[in-house]
Amino acid sequence: MSEIQSYTMNFGPQHPAAHGVLRLVLEIEGETIQKADPHVGLLHRATEKLAESKPFNQSIGYMDRLDYVSMMCNEHAYVMAIEKLLGVQVPERAQYIRVMFDEITRILNHLMWLGAHGLDIGAMTMFLYCFREREDLMDSYEAVSGTRMHATYYRPGGVYRDLPDIMPKYQESKFRSKRELDRMNSIREGSLLDFIDAFCDRFPGCVDEYETLLTDNRIWKQRTVNIGVVSPERAMQLGFSGPMLRGSGVEWDLRKKQPYDVYDRVDFDIPVGVNGDCYDRYLVRVEEMRQSNRIIKQCIAWLRENPGPVIADDHKITPPTRVEMKDDMESLIHHFKLFTEGYCVPEGEAYAAIEHPKGEFGIYILSDGANKPYRLKIRAPGFAHLSAMSEMVEGHMLADVVAVIGTQDIVFGEVDR
Amino acid sequence: MSEPYDTLAARIHERFGEQMRRVPTTCGELTYELDKDALIEVATALRNEGAFGFEMLMDVCGVDYLNYGSDEWLTNAATDTGFSRGVERQPVILDEADEFEPNRFAVVYHLLSLQHNVRLRLRVFTGTSNPPIIRSVVDIWNGANWFEREAFDLYGILFEGHPDLRRILTDYGFIGHPFRKDFPLMGNVEVSYDADEGRVVYKPVSIEARTLVPRVIRDDNRYEADLKDVNDV
Repeated sequence: MSEIQSYTMNFGPQHPAAHGVLRLVLEIEGETIQKADPHVGLLHRATEKLAESKPFNQSIGYMDRLDYVSMMCNEHAYVMAIEKLLGVQVPERAQYIRVMFDEITRILNHLMWLGAHGLDIGAMTMFLYCFREREDLMDSYEAVSGTRMHATYYRPGGVYRDLPDIMPKYQESKFRSKRELDRMNSIREGSLLDFIDAFCDRFPGCVDEYETLLTDNRIWKQRTVNIGVVSPERAMQLGFSGPMLRGSGVEWDLRKKQPYDVYDRVDFDIPVGVNGDCYDRYLVRVEEMRQSNRIIKQCIAWLRENPGPVIADDHKITPPTRVEMKDDMESLIHHFKLFTEGYCVPEGEAYAAIEHPKGEFGIYILSDGANKPYRLKIRAPGFAHLSAMSEMVEGHMLADVVAVIGTQDIVFGEVDR
Repeated sequence: MSEPYDTLAARIHERFGEQMRRVPTTCGELTYELDKDALIEVATALRNEGAFGFEMLMDVCGVDYLNYGSDEWLTNAATDTGFSRGVERQPVILDEADEFEPNRFAVVYHLLSLQHNVRLRLRVFTGTSNPPIIRSVVDIWNGANWFEREAFDLYGILFEGHPDLRRILTDYGFIGHPFRKDFPLMGNVEVSYDADEGRVVYKPVSIEARTLVPRVIRDDNRYEADLKDVNDV
């Protein structure tokens, strides 16, 4: 028998399972991985440096483009850091809107993860199922902000505008029949809240469908059980957070432990894994979708009952309304200063962390009192997770590398920044 | 400042004394500065001693304090000709300088303790040496590996004892450390495909730097420390 020597294999950056632009240099013996060396940075846009050259509010849009499958959560951490420095109070209604959209974003992210992870290791149907539900959530994004993905909806002091009373509808077209059009528009008759409410009633059934396809599926279990096992001690040592940490059995969720906005007023549970393998992390994330659904339901109920302002009234930071601006000299000056120079943030530093769908997403702002951040550091959860790639795949087969990339929920927008 | 943080501050003062210097609190967060020689000793204690229990290092980042607190537009008085675009660029300090200002580069660590549910920020200045150098904390928190590589790549800070200090985010063969304040925002070279040579070529940048919104610092008495305290009461 010929002797098999170890060799080096290049994986990506152009590879459908590389989740974007991951280049992995793998040292393989036979089909067993000895060492993996991820090369990242192919999507590096220097977001942090760009933000240093712009007034604070102009960087909110950059945050959407970090982790581009959980847009509003990124914005949330950024505006929270600014709010911390400014010491501005956010109206209660805005806090509920943010929490609701954070959870919508969590479902969006987990659906994307589930679809891609399933597709990577052989469950083609998952991708189609997950994207079906993602569509509805992106319609909610569009209704509230005007865009399907890069919303730029949160502002320091609240959110850009209140929830709309009508949902945009599908137009008549020669490509769809009257009957089909009516069916598509039937859930869009009411307000945005009605639309999301209808989604929440439907969604647990959808999660049941996903689970029917995967949870007891023999192939799915063969591909995920005992793959990429991380002990709780190692998970903490490596700086894991979010489902990666909870999958290893560490009960840690910033929404419960260091609650921000109104997370201390909504009721939900934290799922925790036992074995720390890919299958447990799958179960954790699926359960998180169900819990997010619960939170959204509670937010809808509250938002229906309690109208009110959605952005702080301090016009040194938030723009005055159009009507005020046309009528009042002071408001006009505020408006002009805000949109030319921005606002100056007091000297100091703040670290704001949120429970992002992928883990702890933190924004560290160092301000020297100027209208631009002196230093902005984005703590991306995926960066810490990917750095443990080598340790997680060591001793596994080549095909398991793909399962581990999937379970880490890597998105290169945030890893490379 | 909430109760667990007061306890933590008292414990740190008791255990480390003058080794860790407390920085005035902003936003209810605890920040300490320490000498770079003391870093390993302090970090090991913070991780291993039950009173602190910082088992997680969430973030390591470099900071370049080159033009901290300087603005590009004087706003105290108008001139005869009114305000200009007034972009006064800082003189570029070449990296070949033998020594840096002692407070130019810093490394900031964000620690998290799961058992006590507290966060802590440490700032360590790298001193005057060029290149800046500091001890690595990879052996204490393994997760620091890539974060230190990033700080090396973007700021050129060397981490002594790091197992694999390579560039991470920039291109293969990149020259310079792009997040330093004397590195231009648009970079030094641009890349294009040269059809004649049949390969990608690097040329000096052809665009000119513009400042769309000048950097200004305005005195705002709402944020004065003594006034702020009055408001809080």
